Amino acid sequence: MQATSRSFKDNAHQALNDEQLRRALDNMKEGFIAKRAKAAAKLPEFDALRDQARDIKDHTLENLDAYLELYAEKVESVGGTVHWCPTADDARKAVVDICQAVGAKTVTKGKSMIAEELALNEHLEANGLIPIETDLGEYIIQLRNEPPSHIIAPAIHLNKEQVASDFRAAHVDLPADRQLEEPQQLVGEARAVLRQKYLDADVGITGANFLIAETGTSIIVTNEGNGDLTQSLPKVHIVVASIEKIVPSLEDASAILRVLARSATGQEFSTYTTFSTGPKRSDDPDGPEQYHVILLDNGRSRMLGSEFQDMLRCIRCGACMNHCPVYHSVGGHAYGWVYPGPMGAVLTPSLIGVDEAGHLPNASTFCGRCEAVCPMRIPLPKMMRHWREQEFQKHLSPTAVRLGLGAWTFVARRPSLYHFTTGLKARVLSMIAGKRGRLAKVPLASGWTSHRDLPAPEGRTFMDLWAKQRRTAQRPGQETV
Amino acid sequence: MTNGRTTVLGAVRRSLGRSDADSDAAMAAAKARIAAHPRGLLPERSRCDPIAQLDLFQAQVEAVDATVVRLSALAEVPQAVADYLKSHNLPGDLRMAPAAELQALPWTTAAPMLTVTTGKAEPQDVSSLTAAFAGIAETGTLMLHSGPEGPTTLNFLPENHIVVLKSSQVVGAYEEAWERLREARADEGLPRTVNLVTGPSRTGDIEQTIQLGAHGPKRLHILLIEDAG
Ligand code: SF4
Repeated sequence: MQATSRSFKDNAHQALNDEQLRRALDNMKEGFIAKRAKAAAKLPEFDALRDQARDIKDHTLENLDAYLELYAEKVESVGGTVHWCPTADDARKAVVDICQAVGAKTVTKGKSMIAEELALNEHLEANGLIPIETDLGEYIIQLRNEPPSHIIAPAIHLNKEQVASDFRAAHVDLPADRQLEEPQQLVGEARAVLRQKYLDADVGITGANFLIAETGTSIIVTNEGNGDLTQSLPKVHIVVASIEKIVPSLEDASAILRVLARSATGQEFSTYTTFSTGPKRSDDPDGPEQYHVILLDNGRSRMLGSEFQDMLRCIRCGACMNHCPVYHSVGGHAYGWVYPGPMGAVLTPSLIGVDEAGHLPNASTFCGRCEAVCPMRIPLPKMMRHWREQEFQKHLSPTAVRLGLGAWTFVARRPSLYHFTTGLKARVLSMIAGKRGRLAKVPLASGWTSHRDLPAPEGRTFMDLWAKQRRTAQRPGQETV
Repeated sequence: MTNGRTTVLGAVRRSLGRSDADSDAAMAAAKARIAAHPRGLLPERSRCDPIAQLDLFQAQVEAVDATVVRLSALAEVPQAVADYLKSHNLPGDLRMAPAAELQALPWTTAAPMLTVTTGKAEPQDVSSLTAAFAGIAETGTLMLHSGPEGPTTLNFLPENHIVVLKSSQVVGAYEEAWERLREARADEGLPRTVNLVTGPSRTGDIEQTIQLGAHGPKRLHILLIEDAG
């Protein structure tokens, strides 16, 4: 993938000194934070619904073996196929086998973080298939050969001029003098170009926000409608989903859906929430003839019963990164794998190993905003601390630990940026302190006072380690060690 | 795939520290919850009388850039469709869901200027008409489902989506719509596709500015038939 060939300096330059990225991240701060706050305020039951959502997921995880069995039985009873995949390799192979069995050439894809985790596009291409991302943000970053920088807004780091120049480079059949200044023109062009791709595709791949044990249903939540065209026009619909997406019933799914969009985009409900159960029925006028579910473990079962089990409640809303001062400073690419921000700092070491991603949990100011907004009430700072302790105990690269690697170090080594983020810290602190002006309850206060010293200029540089991390990130086949 | 299944379930059980008896207990707990499928907390806003519920539904629909007109009878649908297409300078071609109730309407007499065809969506279709299963007031959401009378592609492929909904189909909360669907389907289970649709298609992927009509319909128009007296 092209992104690996870029030097870290270029990436870091983009992340930290690029005015454009700064604007995008500032814009995001105002946009997502204000919208979420408004949506939460409009629903008096919001916090009670968060408690309920947490409890539903806790119950499901405690009984996950049973729910997985019941779910799979249901899927098969309505004519679908479940492919149980312990590892990423198993999942990639299952997808390619399905595609090859129907002689597929092109594959359209709805947005799926699991597909990113599998690096599925590269794998499909290596097997002679042509994957086409259909979510606008994913389509843009596919054209650019970049990984997503945000779990719900993959192209948030880009501006419209960049997108326009990507479109001009990619859509060479269109008149060179066409207007592409306005977002509406860009959206219109993508709509027209992708329309034909949906119609031509042999297989459509989507993710799943939830799997329902009661009915054997997969759910996708989108605003664009791309996932729906992806899964209703081709002959074959493949769902890639990980085992922790299960919920017991339609009621449970509905209950959690009430907090998802509000936390993610600040919408009361996303435009399209689609429930898919099996392939088309014999008297249905449209829909796919085959329905497959790739049910992926890839390290999740290891998290069960551990201090990281709570992380499996995550519904990938993105609120934690939308409210994170470190994410605001460095953007998503700096985290080096598919999951950025606080949820990535916890999940990435769990999935690819603390050896590879042990520095991510340090990319935190321990301000506690992520936990405060997480709809599933996941104790993210506590789990980051768990990782740091484990990393310390393993005596991983003592120099590296002393350096306090990761984005945070990089920030700290650049005075202007350091001041920028500490300024944010101060603002966050005063926000927590509120009108009384006192800090009676700083979440994880020891995290503030005990955070690492500023780095000494010795040992391996952050750039070396970051570059290594990027290389590893591009070879996720290794995550199953 | 038996092997993968054994591996995944084995790993899950090991991490949960299961004995065989524990596994049986977990299965019993899961089955009991599914059988009961208890409702959780329903938002207060969804607990109101039918008239207020319709108003809430309409207000929520309009808040997400869709439009509503209220009609007093189904027979008014053809004229309302013709008026809508005309008001947006759209061609008079309509792809209609093959639903008995829609097909029975007086298309040729009430809207002779329209060319109405039925079936699933074709790429060139500009406008579609479908019938909803329910309307959900809490967020202004439509529930539509696949079946012989409801091709899913009609909800997504054409640029203009017109939906017929009766006021008797409007409920307060999602859970109430699911309960009605369960009753209507008896033992059949869910249809292949159930769409919850809240407004027309949109994207914020370019500089977080909301643009309508990303891949699905640019316009969503609801004909709300007040049939509940
Ligand atoms: S950790 Fe919480 S806030 Fe972050 S993406 Fe997951 S559910 Fe959302």
